[in-house]
Amino acid sequence: MAPTKASHPEEAAKQPSRRTHNARSGEPLTPLWEVFIRARNGLAHRHVGSVHAADAEMALQAARDTYTRRDEGVSLWVVPSAAITASDPGDEAVLFEPASRKPYRHPSFYKLPDEVGDM
Amino acid sequence: MTPGLLFDYVLGLADDALILGHRLSEWCGHAPLLEEELALGNIALDLIGTARSLYTYAGAVEARGRDEDALAYLRDVPQFGNLLLVEQPNGDFAVTIVRQFLYSAFAAPFWRGLVGSRDATLAAIATTAATETAYHLRHSREWLVRLGDGTAESRRRAQNAIDDLWMFSGEMFEPPAAALIGAGIAIDPSALRPEWDGSIDRAFAEATLERPASGYMQTGGRHGRHSEHLGHLLAEMQFLQRAYPGATW
Repeated sequence: MAPTKASHPEEAAKQPSRRTHNARSGEPLTPLWEVFIRARNGLAHRHVGSVHAADAEMALQAARDTYTRRDEGVSLWVVPSAAITASDPGDEAVLFEPASRKPYRHPSFYKLPDEVGDM
Repeated sequence: MTPGLLFDYVLGLADDALILGHRLSEWCGHAPLLEEELALGNIALDLIGTARSLYTYAGAVEARGRDEDALAYLRDVPQFGNLLLVEQPNGDFAVTIVRQFLYSAFAAPFWRGLVGSRDATLAAIATTAATETAYHLRHSREWLVRLGDGTAESRRRAQNAIDDLWMFSGEMFEPPAAALIGAGIAIDPSALRPEWDGSIDRAFAEATLERPASGYMQTGGRHGRHSEHLGHLLAEMQFLQRAYPGATW
C-alpha cells in the first residue's frame, strides 16, 4: 500500500488524541466486557455479545444502549472479558468428542406415555 | 384560559425535544465510541418520539389542520419556542454531555411532575417521557463524572462547557402562563429548582467541577428570540420538505 501523505505538522497538532491505551500501565482505556441478558423473569442470562467501556457502570449503560434497544430483556450482566477462562480450541477432540459417542445420555430411549404430551 | 396558551405551551415543549433530538442526531457517524454512537442515537430517538406526540397534540389543540410535519418542518426561527440551551451546537463531546446533563436534570423531574397534569394527553406523554429522561439523566451524569474526574484535558473541556452553557440554564425555570398553572395543566418549573440545584451540585462535586456564579442568564427562546445557531439547524433539518414539499417515502 502506498504510504499516506504526511499531514501538515500544524494539522497533526490539531488532531484529537486517539490514544487507546494508558501510556503508563499499557492497559486499554476501554477494555472489553461480555454482555448477558435475561430475556424474561425465570430464564437464565444468555450471552449476547460484548461492549467496550471504561468501567463496570459504563459497560452496563453501553450494554443497555447496544443490546436492549428492541425490548430484549429485563436484566443485564456485564463481565470483564479478561475474567473469562476459555477452553483451548486444540483440546476440542479430547474434551468433547467422547460425548458424541454416547447417545444413551440423551433421554431419547424412554417411551413417553401420551398423557404427558410435549416435554 | 384560551386554547392559544395551551398550544404555545405544548409547542414549546415539542420544540425542546425536537431540537435537542436533532442536535444529538448530528453525532451519527462521529461519536467517540461505537457504543456511544448508539447511546446518543437512542436518546435522540426518544426525544424525537416525544416531539412527535407533542406536535400531533399541538396540531389538534390548534385545530387548523397542521400535523406534526407541518409544525416541525414549515415554521421558521421566530416561531420556534425551544429553550436556547438545546439549540447550542454540539461542540466537543464534553459540550454535548454538559448540555444533556443540564437539560436532563431539569427534564426528568419536569416530566415526572407533568404526569399529574389535568390534561390527559399531556399526562400520558409525560408518563413515557419521564422514564426516558430519567435514563438520559443517568447516562449524561455518569459521563460528566468521568470527564470531570478524568484527565486534566477532559476536566478542562468539561469545565469550559459548563462555563459556556451556564447562562442558558436559567431559562428552563421561567414559568408558562399563570392560567395554565392555575388550571393544573402546566407545572410551575420554579418549583423544580431545588431538585435541579441538588442534582447539579452533587454531580459537580463528584466530578470535581465548579458551579459558576449565577450571573447573567440569557433568555428569549420561548418567545422566538434565538441564537444564530437555530437558523442553521433548521436549514439542514427542514431542507427536504422545503425543497420538495410533501415529499414522502
